[in-house]
Amino acid sequence: MSSLMTPRLLRNLLPAISLTVLLLAIFYLQPRAMSYLGLNLLLNLALPIAFATLAQMCMMTVNDLDLGIGAYVGFVACIGATFLRDTPALGVLMLLACVAAYAALGALIHLRNLPSIVVTLGMSFVWLGLALLVLPTPGGKAPDWIRAIMTWKTPMLPFTIYASVGVALIVHIILMRSAYGAVLRGVGGNARSVERAGWSLLRAKVTMYALAGVFGIFSGLALIGLTTSADANIALRYTLLSIAGAILGGGEFVGGRISPIGAVIGATTLTLAGSFLSFLRISPDWQIGAQGGILIIVLALRILINRAEAK
Amino acid sequence: MTTAKWITLAAGTALALAAALQPSVADTSGKKIALSNNYAGNSWRQAMLKSWTKNGDAAVKAGVVAAADAFTTAENQVTEQAAQIQNMILQGYDAIVINAASPDALNGAVKEACDAGITVVSFDGIVTEPCAWRIAVNFKQMGKEEVIYLAKNMPEGGNLLEIRGLAGVFVDDEISAGIHEGAKENPQFKIVGSVHGDWAQDVSQKAVAGILPSLPEIAAVVTQGGDGYGAAQAFKAAGRPTPLIIMGNRQDELKWWKEQKDANGYKTMSVSIAPGVSTLAFWVAQQVLDGAEVPKDLTVPFLRVDQHDLEEKLAGTEVGGVANVEYSLDEAKKVIMGK
Repeated sequence: MSSLMTPRLLRNLLPAISLTVLLLAIFYLQPRAMSYLGLNLLLNLALPIAFATLAQMCMMTVNDLDLGIGAYVGFVACIGATFLRDTPALGVLMLLACVAAYAALGALIHLRNLPSIVVTLGMSFVWLGLALLVLPTPGGKAPDWIRAIMTWKTPMLPFTIYASVGVALIVHIILMRSAYGAVLRGVGGNARSVERAGWSLLRAKVTMYALAGVFGIFSGLALIGLTTSADANIALRYTLLSIAGAILGGGEFVGGRISPIGAVIGATTLTLAGSFLSFLRISPDWQIGAQGGILIIVLALRILINRAEAK
Repeated sequence: MTTAKWITLAAGTALALAAALQPSVADTSGKKIALSNNYAGNSWRQAMLKSWTKNGDAAVKAGVVAAADAFTTAENQVTEQAAQIQNMILQGYDAIVINAASPDALNGAVKEACDAGITVVSFDGIVTEPCAWRIAVNFKQMGKEEVIYLAKNMPEGGNLLEIRGLAGVFVDDEISAGIHEGAKENPQFKIVGSVHGDWAQDVSQKAVAGILPSLPEIAAVVTQGGDGYGAAQAFKAAGRPTPLIIMGNRQDELKWWKEQKDANGYKTMSVSIAPGVSTLAFWVAQQVLDGAEVPKDLTVPFLRVDQHDLEEKLAGTEVGGVANVEYSLDEAKKVIMGK
């Protein structure tokens, strides 16, 4: 029994192990990081990436991929730094409309049987265009309450750590522990059998897309809470980071195999990887390559574990 | 809980004591300065980084500062640069010099740095956070200057083609605003077309080639730098007469101008910012660390090449580079004092 459990346990623990190894390496290179301020500086930008990764993970749950999440987060940031501050009611309404748009996308993709990659890639240009309309040149100002939350000096550990852990647990309970969560993941695993069992596939897709829209909003708002103002191009790299984070955290592109806790850990690992490489003083020309190297190592480990599991 | 509080208090007192014990005359030989740069993908940025390294290495060797390291983000993204600045805080730099990806969106990270007692100096791509120093270029005036030159040399006026930079970047908006303001004041000029050349010759050539067939006769091309040579090639390929093209101090542009000047007396002017402004930013940071009074907002003059000093400037520009001026400590002090 226990020998059978080991590879699986290892697989689940792999994201956490990668994070720990990376964190220890950073502490070794830069002992200054081992403080409240240090942890905050290292990790605060991981929170918006973690939210974007959760949004991406929602799409992956139903076997879809979102190539527009970065531009969407940028759009939310632009709304947050303009309308949400000046006319809160209108701002909230616009954000709700964003979620509705995501839900509608899910419905469209399901009903017309379109490839999600194409639709979301197309939408990325729409989001970017809208963001430029809202905020043609960088600027705006984050609402004070968002700024206050993101710079909240919590006791013992920085706010970003509490927030990451809290969000990971909540999403874990919703998607991994609840009955409907199992159905949602089943859509990614075997859509036909879920449908035969009487569940609406349309409803499942719309739910997951709307959820992705909600996490995208959290990501954008958390981001402007840190940067204080917005820029239409602010989060374009989140698209690829979120995919990498979700995969690094133990998710799979198909099969509804996801891990909310892993996704948050994956996003944090990716953020730390950047800091680690810059503490190592690796030339920026090599950094992207080195970041890719870290990804490959972790994924290679996972395949090894999977093989052991298969045996 | 209380123990933690006591430790914090004790540490704070120790720090305050240490600060009080330090001599009041600052010495920068132990200070570390870092450059946070958002982009390195064109000849101007390459020259800027080269100037920084050359000047910084000399300063380190002379014992003026302990380190002058340059860091460039790989993807020219705001969030990436914010993380880079936060890493620099952890690495214990005393001053951070920034060429920013966004004037506003880095303010959070810049504030973190200021709160940690770090001197932040921004140049070229400046940041708006009040605690930072800004070395700005009057880009708007630069654009206007182009039209003023045209008005002087082409009193009869004509159609203008505008080549812009990278969309959504503040520098592009400013230069373009200056050009349009100049055209408004000199109504004999009419801007009949506008394309984005992204400050790169190949992009500009493609963009100009694409719009040319739809345009009437063009008297002059107003540019932002890094696009004049590409525009000339596009006109040549389309078999149209070469208009007066304002250049942007790139070596290939100056060389093409020289060839034309020798062949048929071609006349134009060239204007841009010297990439050596990074060295000015370095000295400003050093001066602030040294305890000097430095105004928060400084303006640097742009570097202009005219018909008479073309040969001299071209000779001083290396192949693939940009006409440059580097600042020494004394020259930097002059700029700080507003001379």
